[in-house]
Amino acid sequence: MHVPDGFIDAPTSAVTGVVAAGALAVSLRGARRELDERTAPLAGLVAAFIFAVQMLNFPVAAGTSGHLLGGALAAILVGPFTAVLCVSVVLLMQGVLFADGGLTALGVNITDMAIVTTVVSYAVFRGLLAVLPRKRRSVTVASFVAALVSVPAAAVAFTLIYAVGGTTDVSIGKVATAMIGVHVLIGIGEAVITALTVGAVVAVRPDLVHGARGLRQRLRLRVNGTLVDAPAPTAPVAARTSRRTLWVTGLVTSLVLAGFVSFYASANPDGLEKVAHDKGIDKKEGKHAASGSPLADYGVKDISDARLSGGLAGVIGVGVTVVAGSAVFWALRRRRGDDVSPVNTGV
Amino acid sequence: MGAGHTHRLYRHGHSPVHGLPPHTKLAAAFLFVVVVVSTPREAMWAFALYAVLLAGVAYHARVPAGFLLRRLLIEVPFVAFAVLLPFVAEGERVDVLGLSLSMNGLWGAWNVLAKGTLGVAASVLLAATTELRELLLGLQRLKLPPLLVQIASFMIRYGDVIADEMRRMRIARESRGFEAKGVRHWGVLAKSAGALFIRSYERGERVHLAMVSRGYAGAMPVIDEVTASGAQWRHALTLPCAALVVCLLGWFL
Repeated sequence: MHVPDGFIDAPTSAVTGVVAAGALAVSLRGARRELDERTAPLAGLVAAFIFAVQMLNFPVAAGTSGHLLGGALAAILVGPFTAVLCVSVVLLMQGVLFADGGLTALGVNITDMAIVTTVVSYAVFRGLLAVLPRKRRSVTVASFVAALVSVPAAAVAFTLIYAVGGTTDVSIGKVATAMIGVHVLIGIGEAVITALTVGAVVAVRPDLVHGARGLRQRLRLRVNGTLVDAPAPTAPVAARTSRRTLWVTGLVTSLVLAGFVSFYASANPDGLEKVAHDKGIDKKEGKHAASGSPLADYGVKDISDARLSGGLAGVIGVGVTVVAGSAVFWALRRRRGDDVSPVNTGV
Repeated sequence: MGAGHTHRLYRHGHSPVHGLPPHTKLAAAFLFVVVVVSTPREAMWAFALYAVLLAGVAYHARVPAGFLLRRLLIEVPFVAFAVLLPFVAEGERVDVLGLSLSMNGLWGAWNVLAKGTLGVAASVLLAATTELRELLLGLQRLKLPPLLVQIASFMIRYGDVIADEMRRMRIARESRGFEAKGVRHWGVLAKSAGALFIRSYERGERVHLAMVSRGYAGAMPVIDEVTASGAQWRHALTLPCAALVVCLLGWFL
């Protein structure tokens, strides 16, 4: 699935490059939280593991064989941030050293294969673990589903990127059918192997599996024939990360994306709109209730320059979203702050 | 690891290209690929000129053509994909040898093939003339986050060790009469993968302890600071600048 040079046009490659760089910056920060100062050697060895395990061939039938992609496996074993770093480093080295995947397509490849797979699989995994009973088997089941979803999710992400910046005029419907069809099959293999591998690690060293941290049993001692809870080891105090820098970076990135880069993207309708248009779905679509509003169709009403208008609409949109989101967040925090009585604040 | 500490893509030499500082080569290769990708696909002669430019670099670096062409084989999957494009793309059709092909698809296939091949050739030349450690130093000089460079260097350094560990496990399986034939044997292979993960992780912990006991405090010491003089930069950037001229000609002619 490594995208070569010239497959996705230059502006889209640049945008995905910015997205990948931002995600890497966030992951570097997050990985320090997951692995503290051991980040470099451990993440490096895990990257080497992923690189090696991609060479492990799983025979399917009649001489064909498949191999693991590893995004979901890494996310479950070492946590999402470290996983993004490891898979990205593997992709970077494959691009620079082995010429596997183009240099200008690095952003596309990292966004697609490192970020989408790990984030989707980890979200699915966490969601399932919250619902399933706290047992060892649940971890295996959850990793099966997480890996199963992650591969087609990457195919969908690729199709979206292709819809925005593909250089060849293949209909999005065809790309989507081919990509998602093939990757659902690959996903089944990935899911089986990931679940079996996670199961094998959980059986031997459950303490190493990031996704199985909730399973740890309290240590109980038998004192004079009765079971007594051992005193809990003092938990290390979580390092406070600077929220403000993260927040400012996010805001600036979205402003740049919305205000400047959106010009390139808006030259083509987005994939869904295009599929809808191709298939004639949008004929039946009524006028949107907000179509008369001053920001309708991502443009500011009385400004005629398309680039300026689209950019301004983007910036205003980000502003409104941030203000609304902050208001909700602030209100929720106030509410929670009221509920907590001074007695039970020591969580 | 008995075969010297160079990767198998590197080709030892003392040519002017080998001697350039790594970050200038990295920047040059990257800029070259960017220029190639932004060339209009209708300007076929421009791609021929790019190929000539790369051949010039290869000649300068004394990388034999056979070596370069063999490395280009990694591209074969994309070629298969590009061959499919004319059959599935939209737009007006032409008949070639009794097959109905899409004009748009033909252009698309040409686009992917030409740009992809030039990109792969540029990466291959970069890897063939730059040592691994130098490449990592170059990435660091180009302001890649140091932590990322460290992770990459650990991956490269221990990649062979982990791959060897996997090979030993395979030999151990095979010497016990195991042969993976189909889906039924996935359980055994997955257990090997799990064991491999545990071994890699534990090795990582040991490596970290060994580093800490030697005074590691989050940053690797830089022993040989690579700096590039203006002349070296000019030398390296000749390639992307020449490519840029070709690209501009391609847009305006």
